[in-house]
Amino acid sequence: MTDSYEEYEAVVVGCGPGGAAAAATLARNGVETLVLERGVDAGSKNVSGGLIYAEESAPYTIDGLFPDFREEATERPVSENIIHNIAGENVKSFDIGDLHHHDTAWADSVLRRKMDSWLAQQVHERTRETGGGLLTEVHVTGLLRERGEIVGVTTEELAPIKADIVVAADGVNSELARDAGLMDWEEPEEWFQGVKAVVDMEPEIINDRFDVAPDDGAAHLFSGDLFDGVRGGGFLYTNESSLSIGTVFHLDSIAEERAEPHELLDSLLTHPLMAQWLGDEYDEREYSAKLVPDSKKAAHPSPHKDRLVLVGDAAGQMQAQGPIIKGMNHAVTAGALAAEAFADARARGDPSQAGELYEKKLHDEGVMDKLRPTGYKVFGRLGEVGPVDDLSNAIADSAVGRFGVRAASELLERAYSSPRMVSMIPDTKLPYVTLPTVIAEELGEPVTDENTVSPPDLADRIGDLTYDVGDPHIELLDKSFEASGTAVTACPVSAKDFGGGCYRDEMVQTNGSQEHLVSLDTQPCVECGTCAIVADTEWEHPAGGKGVEFNEG
Amino acid sequence: MHTVVMTKGVPDFREGQVSFDEEGHLERGKTPTVMNPNDKHALRAAFQTKVRNGGHVSLMSMGPPGYKEVLQEGMRDVYADDLYLLSDREMGAADTWATAMTVATGLQKLADQPDLVFAGFKTADGETGHTGPQTCWCLDWPIITHVLSLDIDEDAGTVRAKRLVDGDISEIETVEAPMPCFIVADPEFEPTYRRASHRLKHKDLREETQERAEEYEESLTVWDHEDLNLDPDYIGLDGSPTIVSGVDPIPKAPSEREATMIEADDSEALEPVLDELTPYAAGD
Repeated sequence: MTDSYEEYEAVVVGCGPGGAAAAATLARNGVETLVLERGVDAGSKNVSGGLIYAEESAPYTIDGLFPDFREEATERPVSENIIHNIAGENVKSFDIGDLHHHDTAWADSVLRRKMDSWLAQQVHERTRETGGGLLTEVHVTGLLRERGEIVGVTTEELAPIKADIVVAADGVNSELARDAGLMDWEEPEEWFQGVKAVVDMEPEIINDRFDVAPDDGAAHLFSGDLFDGVRGGGFLYTNESSLSIGTVFHLDSIAEERAEPHELLDSLLTHPLMAQWLGDEYDEREYSAKLVPDSKKAAHPSPHKDRLVLVGDAAGQMQAQGPIIKGMNHAVTAGALAAEAFADARARGDPSQAGELYEKKLHDEGVMDKLRPTGYKVFGRLGEVGPVDDLSNAIADSAVGRFGVRAASELLERAYSSPRMVSMIPDTKLPYVTLPTVIAEELGEPVTDENTVSPPDLADRIGDLTYDVGDPHIELLDKSFEASGTAVTACPVSAKDFGGGCYRDEMVQTNGSQEHLVSLDTQPCVECGTCAIVADTEWEHPAGGKGVEFNEG
Repeated sequence: MHTVVMTKGVPDFREGQVSFDEEGHLERGKTPTVMNPNDKHALRAAFQTKVRNGGHVSLMSMGPPGYKEVLQEGMRDVYADDLYLLSDREMGAADTWATAMTVATGLQKLADQPDLVFAGFKTADGETGHTGPQTCWCLDWPIITHVLSLDIDEDAGTVRAKRLVDGDISEIETVEAPMPCFIVADPEFEPTYRRASHRLKHKDLREETQERAEEYEESLTVWDHEDLNLDPDYIGLDGSPTIVSGVDPIPKAPSEREATMIEADDSEALEPVLDELTPYAAGD
């Protein structure tokens, strides 16, 4: 038995929607494709808020690639989309159906464990036919290089593998993208962090409380003053027999405000507005968290190097279209385009051109303009400049602004529903906090329902996520509170004055002086990657099959 | 490549499964029969051979008709291609010697002569560890025991194995033997699949075998002593030189012990504990 390199035409790393789309398209083109998935099952390592869109303008959609997808892998079609502006108990709701339906062939709620493991089964069958296949519990650790050129991948479980193309669909914390120097974990401004609770609920009760047919569902979004001024918002999606309720905030805002993500989620769960949907019984199936790249800033304009191409989260391809976040659909398109690019390049006799071709396709098919819209570059960025931001906030909150809000209620609702308008929204307090609050104060009605929900505390939430993490996969390089203290609050499974999380702060007496330090225990880690950005760490994923295992996702 | 794994059904000694009467004797009728746990190591070794070198894996056992389910369990685990059960009343109550005679004859009767025979490391009921080596003696093959890992060179017709010397983990040697060869897998045997192609094959075989295991009787051959052309005087109870004169039950350890509970932060109460432990720390 030799440990010599194995060779496949294509290696796809990760079997989420991006990897699945890439692998299926490669297999359709007769390419021998090996798919390597880190989890015990595809979908066990990642979560999403839970809406997948199929855009009319997209060259590839998930149900186009996998015809039974909606029947087998999704929860409910979502046809209604409402945003609630909240100030205290005052709520003003806008129907943003126009934005939701704009360019949308369909949109379904999904839970990733079910969705991805179904996709993985399809992918395995198809790739097996062309001499490859899908393997779970393999952690791809980095890039295999020869004379400085990327020629394949290294893994923790297998001997190195060479390939003509490596598709990195290994998620938001892609180790391949970082090994290649294409992505980093430097700027909190480039990221959102989301946390989510999946709440158990009988299908009939969902139909009743949301007034939807059994084969229909609703999406509700929330913004305003209920999140202590942290920039972001909340969401609620109906699944078949559960609700996905979560919050998404700009990571820089979470860091600056020293906010506790799980408490922000609780602020949403316990708001009077939620009482009508949650009722008296609250049974949380799973608590989860994830880092979300803001494509406006993080999407790599040229996501390839040598034989490596990045797709989906790994390339920062997550579009925040105002309050609607679209990621999985872009990952699908990008994955299929990358595969198509390789097939084209191979047909031309020069597979090494795949990366260039992929980049060109992303631009030609309009994907890049959705991810990095021109309108945002011109107007949104301007709104983020300090004095402009201050002025806008002041105006919106002033008598003039409030008069404008009252006078222009209909106009506002339309503005919220305009894809062009929302693509220009700056990342400031104005759209996330100030404006929704003013809208709710001026136009809203008080909600007086009593909310009796008491969400589980963090210890219980973590308790449900116990798993074998294997060897510690994160090393804290700088233990000082100045360098890494933000992780104590920003980490979704840690909290100040809580000893059971990943990060804890402690006062250590040394030679008469006192030091404020941070300690780390990776046991409860959900692998979201937050601490890789806000703390000084050496971050990698656990071995294949180890670490967090989401059952809902 | 033809590989045969020897296996045996044993009482399920796990807590909650095993049943003893008042005198401490095993109640065979109330205790389910399962595959001898140590045989799983042999199965893993054989399966690794199949994944890496391809070929055909057979599973063979001697015992009552009820062992068919044990073979089925083995088929699911090792993804065996076919099953052989040596079974009739004349073979009953055999000791390790009579069993070895019977199994060796069964192996010789196989149309496709095996290149490798795998056995597990002693059974959970008899615990002798004799049957494998005695079977090998009957075949007059080389034997490698306590095997941790193995590589097969089909072209050279050899097998190279890492094994524990005297069953001791601190001493490992590498030996090579010509095939056909008899292998006893140690409980420390770890199959390794460092190639994606091997893992994919593993997955294929697993899926393919689950269906076959459902219909396992189609792959099962049962041979009695006439099929094997064995004289009843040399097998079963009559062919067994070992006589079990009696069984002494091991007295149970007293289940009640004196214990004092001390809170971890009660430093005063911990003092005497510390006093007790100090001499040991000093090496006395």
